[in-house]
Amino acid sequence: MEFKDNEAIYLQIAAFVSDQILMGKWPGGQKIPSVRDMAIELEVNPNTVMRSYEFLQGLEIIYNKRGLGLFVADDGFDKVKAYRKENFVRQNLPELFKNMYLLGISIDEISLQYQHFQAQQNNELNQASNDENKQ
Amino acid sequence: MIQISNLNFSYNSRKPLFKNLNLSLKAGHIYGLLGKNGAGKSTLLKNIAGLAFPQSGHCLINGTKSSKRLVSTLQDLYFIAEEVHVPALTPGQFLARTASFYPAFSITDFYSYLKILDIDPDLLMTRMSYGQQKKMIIAFGLATNTSVLILDEPTNGLDIPSKVQFRKLIASVLNDERCIIISTHQVRDLDSLIDTVLILDDHRIVIENSIDELTEKLFFGIFKELTGMNVLYEEETLVGKYAIVQNTTGKYGKMDLELLFNAATTNSSKLLNALKPSTNHE
Repeated sequence: MEFKDNEAIYLQIAAFVSDQILMGKWPGGQKIPSVRDMAIELEVNPNTVMRSYEFLQGLEIIYNKRGLGLFVADDGFDKVKAYRKENFVRQNLPELFKNMYLLGISIDEISLQYQHFQAQQNNELNQASNDENKQ
Repeated sequence: MIQISNLNFSYNSRKPLFKNLNLSLKAGHIYGLLGKNGAGKSTLLKNIAGLAFPQSGHCLINGTKSSKRLVSTLQDLYFIAEEVHVPALTPGQFLARTASFYPAFSITDFYSYLKILDIDPDLLMTRMSYGQQKKMIIAFGLATNTSVLILDEPTNGLDIPSKVQFRKLIASVLNDERCIIISTHQVRDLDSLIDTVLILDDHRIVIENSIDELTEKLFFGIFKELTGMNVLYEEETLVGKYAIVQNTTGKYGKMDLELLFNAATTNSSKLLNALKPSTNHE
């Protein structure tokens, strides 16, 4: 994993875990890699991974089963989604609005583009599931 | 775990190396010790390990002076020197003769580390290349499972895949009971592995801060314009000024150990002051 320079590593690791949950790779109830295993995989200090996991536990996205390890919360998917959404509204949206304002882009224009994007995504998803069925 | 107080040391009475040096190290951390050539990194590590004796002041490991060289201290400490000297033995023979000095030694770990580092346990160590000898000693040192593990320039002589394996191994052996100290010039080899930076300069430890604390208080970045900011250190580059400024916005900028090192060793009193107020708070 390549780390970006503009975000703390512990947050990037937390985002990586969240991505796995959003992509459905780690569903609710799934055990996640131990602090040690994750540190080895990413070649980082275990204390950094510990901080990521504490952060995610604070958001109740993962939880600790004493002696067994860390697991994705049953509603982990929804929690990640809600947290990401909140982040988007707080951080990305103002930036998007600012650019729209400066460049004189209307909301209708964006809406049209977004419909295209949605259609494209759905197509790709269908394609992928068709391919899977063939195999 | 390790407590150094008012350490004075010199090889030559006219040129003291350490003057009233203080340092306190805890278990559960990986410390990165940086310093210029000749600043005394190896000598400091030797004082910790009981291989050099303080002229005054002391160096305690779990409350015992390491200069006493008690068995109870030495069996729980492993020092991997920068230059390794190996006997004409295979790793397997070395294990049979040496491992029993370390009560927590794990034979299973030793062979698994050798395998990970691609070292033949049946090859005479004197027939190995320098990098292989070094990896063999690293495997042995990690397998001792001592609570104090000191590594002096461990990545020197290691090839690229071995450096990756080395980082993975160090990440895997840290636990709450273990204190790992790594001295290095190869900061890029280790920058996401160490959690606390120690910079030795001007006869003392000038920086003793966790990376979290450093990135919280400092911001590292390239700036076109620096007015209005509390600039702690700057270097001229083609694309602008590469600078350390006081972090007032809570933004995150990846710490550049090289820039921090240059700042700390060019007597940047501004930088040291910006870090000072809470260096002692816990």
